[in-house]
Amino acid sequence: MTRRDKALGLARTGQIVTLVALLALAGVFVRALMFTPMDRLQGLAQKILYMHAPAAITALMAYAVCGILSIIYLGLRDRRLDRAAAASAEVGVVFSVMLLITGPLWGKPVWGTWWTWDARLTSTLFIFLLFVGYLIMRDAVIDPDQRARFSSVIGVLGLALVPFIHLTVYLFRTLHPDPMLIKPSAPAMPGVMLATMLSSIGVFGLLYVGFVVQRYALADLQELRNEEMMRDS
Amino acid sequence: MRDYTRAVFAIIAKDATVEWRTKTAFLSAMVFAVLVLSILFFARDPTAVSSLDIAPGALWVTFTFAAMLGLNRAFLLERENGAMDGLLLTPVPRSAIFVGKMGGNLLFVALVELISIPLFVMFYNVSLAARLPQLIAVTAMATVAFVAVGTLLSAMVVRTRFAELMLPVLLLPFLIPPVVAAVQITARVLAERPLSEMMGWFKLLAAFDIVFCVLSVLLFEVTLDE
Repeated sequence: MTRRDKALGLARTGQIVTLVALLALAGVFVRALMFTPMDRLQGLAQKILYMHAPAAITALMAYAVCGILSIIYLGLRDRRLDRAAAASAEVGVVFSVMLLITGPLWGKPVWGTWWTWDARLTSTLFIFLLFVGYLIMRDAVIDPDQRARFSSVIGVLGLALVPFIHLTVYLFRTLHPDPMLIKPSAPAMPGVMLATMLSSIGVFGLLYVGFVVQRYALADLQELRNEEMMRDS
Repeated sequence: MRDYTRAVFAIIAKDATVEWRTKTAFLSAMVFAVLVLSILFFARDPTAVSSLDIAPGALWVTFTFAAMLGLNRAFLLERENGAMDGLLLTPVPRSAIFVGKMGGNLLFVALVELISIPLFVMFYNVSLAARLPQLIAVTAMATVAFVAVGTLLSAMVVRTRFAELMLPVLLLPFLIPPVVAAVQITARVLAERPLSEMMGWFKLLAAFDIVFCVLSVLLFEVTLDE
């Protein structure tokens, strides 16, 4: 089996996983809207959280995977690790966009404001921007080995930066408590809602796997094509 | 160890000489700093916001942007005529090259800051006399923080397309902790608050300096072509 066949097979697997995940996602939507009770205080807006929280968890996990793969890459110098790290970062960015869109949509009716510089919100935004930079930089480097090295440097630095960003926005908040911040302490979820939430998290995880596998296979095929073009010219 | 220090200082001296003979980068960074300081003065409603309220932010926005100009140039210089290859061929450890380049950048940014601070005091009408040591401490710590990461990123971005655009995009997320800390400390220094109110931020800056200086030195070698 050639490398091309392997990559195509992997892409196919990714497609199947994604399809299954999308079907399951539809199931989660139906369950969230029809079979999960309405929140007494937040009303319909609370349903957004069944997408928002899983997207957040998946995005952060995706970035962590990218950082860890970058460290391993520096040790082993295997370009497959770099490809996987990049795929994970890209999917993380997509989930972050979802997170940053659903967040304000939920915040307006519940908090009374689209945006607040709350610690978790702020650090999510900054980490998102960091990884957007990571992806932009990847596009700006032509040589694949150099791109892998540069990316892993950003990945490692990013991993070190995350706790500092968190500490910064946390210190900023606690020293200047904002009376406008009307975020209630999270109430313990009733079992039915928790089940919906957990199944949604599971589905998002599956979606992540499906996307990353496809993206990885695509990057492999792209690289293969580039190598072929180099040989021909 | 003595050879190492000598190599570091040789690189700093080289960069300083190149800059001294043209002065282009320094002068543009300086003019830029004056412009930013004065534009930010007008970026407020004077009847509602006093200039002292925006002073710490204005100072640090000026410092970071001016530093970015210097950092962008740091490795651009080495790209011309394959100067980087020449540097790498010299029998000195790779980390000495990094520390030397970082030292050169520190010198550059420190000079810009040294001239900007009196201007800042004048423009924003702040009194610093008794608080100068604290302001110098925070300036030094925050500058080390962003010059360390900036030098490393600069070494990478000069070998990408759109180098000048890429540095701010990559560097600014890393500047969030040091700059926020520096602004918070500066605001308290100007308001003559006790040191205890700044300690949390000072600790954050110190930790950031240590972690990112070590990481930058270690990772520099990875950015070089084999």
